[in-house]
Amino acid sequence: MANVHAPQGDKYYIPHGSPWPLFGSVTLFTVMIGAVSTMEGIGVGPFILAAGFALLVTLFTGWFGTVIRESEAGTFNLQVDKSFRMGMMWFIFSEVMFFAAFFGALLYARQISVPWLSGEGVKGAVGQLLLFKDYAGGWPTNGPGALGPRADGSYEIIPALGLPAANTLILLTSGVTLTIAHHALQAGKRGVLKVFLAATFLLGFLFVGLQAEEYHHAYTELGLQLSTGVYGSTFFMLTGFHGLHVTIGAIMLLVIWLRTMNGHFTPKRHFAFEAVAWYWHFVDVVWLGLFIFVYWL
Amino acid sequence: MAHADTHAHAHAHADDGHDAHGHAPSGIGRWLFATNHKDIGTMYLVFALTMFFIGGAMAMVIRLELFQPGLQFVDPGFFNSMTTMHALVMIFGGVMPAWVGLANWMIPLQVGAPDMALPRMNNYSFWILPFAFTLLLSSLFLPGGAPAGGWTLYPPLSLQAGDSFGLTIFAIHMMGASSIMGAINVIVTILNMRAPGMTLLKMPLFCWTWLITAYLLIAVMPVLAGAVTMLLTDHYFGTAFFNPAGGGDPVMFQHIFWFFGHPEVYILILPAFGIVSEIIPTFSRKPLFGYESMVYATGSIAFLSFIVWAHHMFTVGMPLAGQLFFMLSTMLIAIPTGVKVFNWTTTLWRGSISFEPPMLFALAFLFLFTIGGFSGLMLAIVPADFQYHDTYFVVAHFHYVLVPGAVFGIMAGVYYWLPKWTGYMYNMKLANWHFWLSTISVNVLFFPMHFLGLAGMPRRIPDYNVQFADWNMVASLGGFAFGLSQIMFVWIVVKSVRGGGVKASARVWDDTVSEGLEWTVPSPAPHHTFDTPPVIK
Repeated sequence: MANVHAPQGDKYYIPHGSPWPLFGSVTLFTVMIGAVSTMEGIGVGPFILAAGFALLVTLFTGWFGTVIRESEAGTFNLQVDKSFRMGMMWFIFSEVMFFAAFFGALLYARQISVPWLSGEGVKGAVGQLLLFKDYAGGWPTNGPGALGPRADGSYEIIPALGLPAANTLILLTSGVTLTIAHHALQAGKRGVLKVFLAATFLLGFLFVGLQAEEYHHAYTELGLQLSTGVYGSTFFMLTGFHGLHVTIGAIMLLVIWLRTMNGHFTPKRHFAFEAVAWYWHFVDVVWLGLFIFVYWL
Repeated sequence: MAHADTHAHAHAHADDGHDAHGHAPSGIGRWLFATNHKDIGTMYLVFALTMFFIGGAMAMVIRLELFQPGLQFVDPGFFNSMTTMHALVMIFGGVMPAWVGLANWMIPLQVGAPDMALPRMNNYSFWILPFAFTLLLSSLFLPGGAPAGGWTLYPPLSLQAGDSFGLTIFAIHMMGASSIMGAINVIVTILNMRAPGMTLLKMPLFCWTWLITAYLLIAVMPVLAGAVTMLLTDHYFGTAFFNPAGGGDPVMFQHIFWFFGHPEVYILILPAFGIVSEIIPTFSRKPLFGYESMVYATGSIAFLSFIVWAHHMFTVGMPLAGQLFFMLSTMLIAIPTGVKVFNWTTTLWRGSISFEPPMLFALAFLFLFTIGGFSGLMLAIVPADFQYHDTYFVVAHFHYVLVPGAVFGIMAGVYYWLPKWTGYMYNMKLANWHFWLSTISVNVLFFPMHFLGLAGMPRRIPDYNVQFADWNMVASLGGFAFGLSQIMFVWIVVKSVRGGGVKASARVWDDTVSEGLEWTVPSPAPHHTFDTPPVIK
């Protein structure tokens, strides 16, 4: 189209009305109703939830499909491209703050609530005297009540230098392969791009698979579950939300790989590729935080 | 600042893949599938007004029950649901969507943009809200009733909710998603869609305060999402974030919640600062005093809002160093806020002042918000707070900053820009009546609460000692009067929307100092404005 490379400010782009936002609201509503009724143990809950997820897949396919078609038709000028970029950056910032809440909870539990429960400070001493006489604190802990699936309250944790270290290597490697793919895209080397992009999402899915294996091990053999006190809570919520983000990121990588196979993206214009790359590096950085504060220290 | 040659109704869409559209699409699809910032802004404002009346009805139930000591009308559980839901509905359904609605209408007009930067996401962030509030309000009809543990959702009390618990949490998740998307749109619009020549420091202050508000929203709404997610898993999946038996701590929830909550109160008030900063110059016929210092003051308030949160929880038991830090950092906020009040007052100084309805609301804001600010300073003093905490003094404080603060700011904005939206002046006489009735009744409603609180009346209690009877009756009478007065507002707005009466000019207020680009387009503003960017001189 004529205005693909229009200079900024030349002419504005305003999209048509779209059914997808309303569809998306109905989708969210269905997912939420399904999730609540499932958690409350209502029989139809899982079916509503499944319907919600089906709507969710339709939503993403339909909405993003529309945007991809518009993009390939050259509808978006550089100003729209910049709006997309800024939107993605601020979205990632919001994700950072979401993880910050859980990292904050971990820090608070380790540095404040557990020491207090084990008698540190004036208020801690009173609590120790009245409530938790034998609780020694320390980390990891499942609290003075020794909560968890086993009757004796025992549990084991996952050492940092086993599978988590391997996963760290996998994610860091995927960051490198993604950067190689990006450079190849900018240099017009489509073959290299396709191979390294494929390697990236394969590494991503490998990570998720190993993480699932680790969870299985923790749940069935180590007595480490969501309900294993504050250690189990912070461990599974942090690594779980991270795993969810890796899964989403890997699916996004898969989608842009398929788009690459279809000849999408040019050396200069490839917003979707870069957005996914930013997202991937973001989950990478979160993992480093997890590896250090959850597994290692 | 900015003066512009505009081509507001030029339809220069020859070949860019969609039809030239100077006219609004017809039918329900215009609203369901909207991408137009004015239509979406209107939907936000109508939604917010609806929620004001739903939340207001809940407040009426509260004031009715508190009219006399003893249990008259509702059972205590339902009373607690009313206080909880009143807050959630007013904050997330009333004030915040009203601000986003005003942002939608005015920010593109003020920066010379044709629309919000991400129009489809704009519609998404709106349409999530009716569904989110359907979830929240439906909890009133479920076994166990609506959430009743206070809007702050403190565990362990909030975890004891009935079947409504999951609905409440997910409704908050959806509201948060809506706010984040709305905020991203505002930021990107302001940073990427300004007309050439519209530098950041030429922007009207409403854009500035909203830019900073949007930053706060993106920074803290995800934290709220995290906090309520932990509540959710503690309730349903046996995690121990807030359970001391497992090594957690209920106080941790309060820390995370108020890390969101304190910036949130500035999210509710900063856009009002912006609106007042535009109205006072217009009706004083003088440029705003200290424009740049207003910008820096707003930024300082936003920064400080991240390091004061624990002043909401002095009485939970925290180390002395913590109490001192949070007391002093809280008092620091008085400095940039004082800069603002000083600037507004100085703008009035030797101005040629006239008292149209937007100016009346802005002036009432100036006085009454400041009262709320001062009681906030009193609450910041740790030893004093031990007496005030969880009493009606706190209720009086935050209602002063929220009702004659934020809500008056919204009303001032609506009365300021309504002729720009509808093309007709509204009934000034009625609007004056609305103002005086609201302002008198809001003080009758909330001022006695200071006395009640200082005398020791606790908040969130349906019954009270007879010593509190007189001032409660006065407050309730003020409350009923305030509630009824707002019906006038609907009447005035609807009359203006339906047209007839005096036509508004493009400049509307016939002054020479109001600088926003919105005054360069006709009244009513055409469905599409600034299809090609205006030139800012």
